[in-house]
Amino acid sequence: MNREGRHIISVLLENESGALSRVAGLFSMRGYNIESLTVAPTNDPTLSRTTLVTRGDDRTIEQITKQLNKLVDVVRLTDLTEASHVEREMMLIKVRATGVDREEVKRLTDIFRSKIIDVTDSSYIIELTGDSEKLDAFMASVGDDNILEVVRSGVTGIARGDKGLKV
Amino acid sequence: MELSGGEIIIQALKDEGVEYLFGYPGGAVLHIYDAVFRQNDVKHILVRHEQGATHMADGYSRATGKPGVVLVTSGPGATNAVTGIATAHLDSIPLVVITGQVTSKYIGTDAFQEVDAIGCTRPCVKHNFMVQSVEDIAPVLRKAFYVATTGRPGPVVVDIPKDFTAPNVKIPYAYPKEVSMRSYNPVAGGHSGQVRKALDLLLAARRPVIYTGGGVLMGEASAELRDLAGTLGYPLTSTLMGLGAYPSSGEHFIGMLGMHGTYEANMAMHQADVVLAVGARFDDRVTGETDQFCPSAKIIHIDIDPASISKTITAHVPIVGDVKKVLTSMNELIASDERRVDAGELKAWWDQVNEWRGVNSLGYDSSDDVIKPQYVIQKLWEVTGGDAYVTSDVGQHQMWAAQYYGFDEPRRWINSGGLGTMGFGLPSALGVKLAHPDADVACITGEASVQMCLQELSTASQYNLPVKVINLNNRYLGMVRQWQEFQYNGRYSNSYVDALPDFVKLAESYGHVGMKIEKPADVEGALREALAAKNRLVFMDFITDETENVYPMIEAGKGHHQMRLHPNYGAAV
Ligand SMILES: Cc1cc2nc3c(=O)[nH]c(=O)nc-3n(C[C@H](O)[C@H](O)[C@H](O)COP(=O)(O)OP(=O)(O)OC[C@H]3O[C@@H](n4cnc5c(N)ncnc54)[C@H](O)[C@@H]3O)c2cc1C
Ligand SMILES: Cc1ncc(C[n+]2csc(CCOP(=O)(O)OP(=O)(O)O)c2C)c(N)n1
Ligand SMILES: [Mg+2]
Repeated sequence: MNREGRHIISVLLENESGALSRVAGLFSMRGYNIESLTVAPTNDPTLSRTTLVTRGDDRTIEQITKQLNKLVDVVRLTDLTEASHVEREMMLIKVRATGVDREEVKRLTDIFRSKIIDVTDSSYIIELTGDSEKLDAFMASVGDDNILEVVRSGVTGIARGDKGLKV
Repeated sequence: MELSGGEIIIQALKDEGVEYLFGYPGGAVLHIYDAVFRQNDVKHILVRHEQGATHMADGYSRATGKPGVVLVTSGPGATNAVTGIATAHLDSIPLVVITGQVTSKYIGTDAFQEVDAIGCTRPCVKHNFMVQSVEDIAPVLRKAFYVATTGRPGPVVVDIPKDFTAPNVKIPYAYPKEVSMRSYNPVAGGHSGQVRKALDLLLAARRPVIYTGGGVLMGEASAELRDLAGTLGYPLTSTLMGLGAYPSSGEHFIGMLGMHGTYEANMAMHQADVVLAVGARFDDRVTGETDQFCPSAKIIHIDIDPASISKTITAHVPIVGDVKKVLTSMNELIASDERRVDAGELKAWWDQVNEWRGVNSLGYDSSDDVIKPQYVIQKLWEVTGGDAYVTSDVGQHQMWAAQYYGFDEPRRWINSGGLGTMGFGLPSALGVKLAHPDADVACITGEASVQMCLQELSTASQYNLPVKVINLNNRYLGMVRQWQEFQYNGRYSNSYVDALPDFVKLAESYGHVGMKIEKPADVEGALREALAAKNRLVFMDFITDETENVYPMIEAGKGHHQMRLHPNYGAAV
């Protein structure tokens, strides 16, 4: 048995009520680990695209993909981590920006190539996109004491090359 | 034809060829019941508890291969049905369960008798549908039957808000002929390359075993399996769920395998070099400790559900496909193949298997004083010519039924294997009797299990369903008592069944015949008398040996080669 790897599984799902709870329910019912889950409709409004980040050894990941495929609402899926792919996560973070920190935060924002999208006398809201480590690094740089609120989208991803996951 | 939602439901059931609808009315399904009232094609069976309805439909399905159909009301009607739905789910039995729901605009308001039936049943169905409009009803039911009966079968729940079934809204009716679902495409034939690989292994084996399961019954592939076993001549064992697909009296049958399987079946698995698994899912009751399972075997696994393959035990040659199609192509390929296993080696393997068989692991001490449960089942087999439909509940009696009633035909042995639902036996027997009114139908049960759906004795009177209830009354939750004897030093915590009813009077109070049998010498005569009473339900209360245990047994953490045998049999091993 091999070590637990991180996998990003992309799922095309019927855009129907209850479909998402079937996916989420499968993970809790079978005790699979789930790090993040995102979902939104695609250009075809009858389909939504779900991205799941999970961890497990090869046998577990194989079972996860088989069990997902078995769900009647799942149209197609792929394990992005099996091939070359791009992954991104977006974060909105509200940070304290007073005194000397105000300049320091602005500088960090530039270094991380992120954007300040809202400003008050005492705070900034910053938008930051990248892989999950980049977001982690930004939070570490700002420091817990200065973070007022964080919201992260969860990972989304797409395979490189000209093939698409579609019906 | 313009129909209301309620009428559409019943018309759709007719178009599906449904004979029986097992159900119980209530507020949310009154419109549907009105449509039931105004027709005679779909016969409604009024049960006494919704769990009974699901088990009856389930028994009907297991005995016929057709889907079982259930109608219950919202709230408590739906929750009462859940145990039966889960039972069908774990054994892959096709059911379509229609649950009424509160009026659509009240959903989510904690309305009277509102429960999230979709949420409650999600973990124990193959799929469920929430109907969104009157127009939705016919296409959704079409899909429900399609999903329930194709691929790996299973129960499907259709939740229908009351307002969509109202008589005042009528729409044109047409039942969809075709059904296509882009997200659901069950597989059919197996990959031919994989089948060839399997043959290479099978034909070069030295110690092969064929291990078959419930999938052979679901896939109606008994004939193909018998062909294959006949050509190859290999030892064949079956799971609890697969019994009868290959005849128990067949020359290659070495008994059931697993926790209470025979010594020879489990030893053969342990020593096998090639195992052909056909429609079986390597359940933990079968494998014992997985680390020790089939240590030297290459495993070929035929299953229609890719998720069954390599789930608990890694398959070396996986074949995803319908068992009938795969076995057919296997049989064809073997016919045109000149290779055969070396006759001398195969004989040596059989000699070994027969030596294990010599242990007589199903031996038990007979008695003239106290009724041995195994003896009752052997006598039942004799009296029915081995030709009855036998349902069972859960416990020791279930294992003895499986071990001592030799099933020679498919769909004769009907029990809850996966969920192990006490209460299954009696209602499922009634469903079987409806399907096969002229056949002998026996329910082998225990004094505890039978009390879990006892109220269905009333349904049996109403519809005149003369099944024979064989109550192996040991005054104990016998299976629990056995584990407490073996693992808890005989501390029998809450396993004594106190305050039992007088089953004879109880049966009589429902209008049935009751018999109490206390002497071994009376067993056969009583069985003959009960079976001769063709038109009466006979409840036979057999007072059996309370100390009897089910042997042989693989205890927790043990492998197939470490069976615990009856103290008086197989001690030499
Ligand atoms: C008290 C108790 C004791 C038990 N002891 C034992 C025991 O000693 N031995 C034992 O065997 N069991 C025992 N069981 C039963 C056990 O829990 C399982 O239910 C049983 O082993 C599963 O049987 P199966 O592998 O045949 O699978 P099933 O549950 O019958 O599943 C069938 C398999 O076939 C596949 N399939 C379905 N249709 C097709 C098709 N058309 N083509 C191909 N594949 C198909 C399905 O995908 C599935 O994988 C016991 C149960 C109880 C309650
Ligand atoms: C609904 C339910 N509850 C509990 C159990 C656990 N259980 C398994 S066998 C058994 C005892 C069954 O007793 P009885 O019906 O008398 O059969 P016996 O084992 O004595 O033959 C129990 C409690 C179960 N399988 N199902
Ligand atoms: Mg008992």
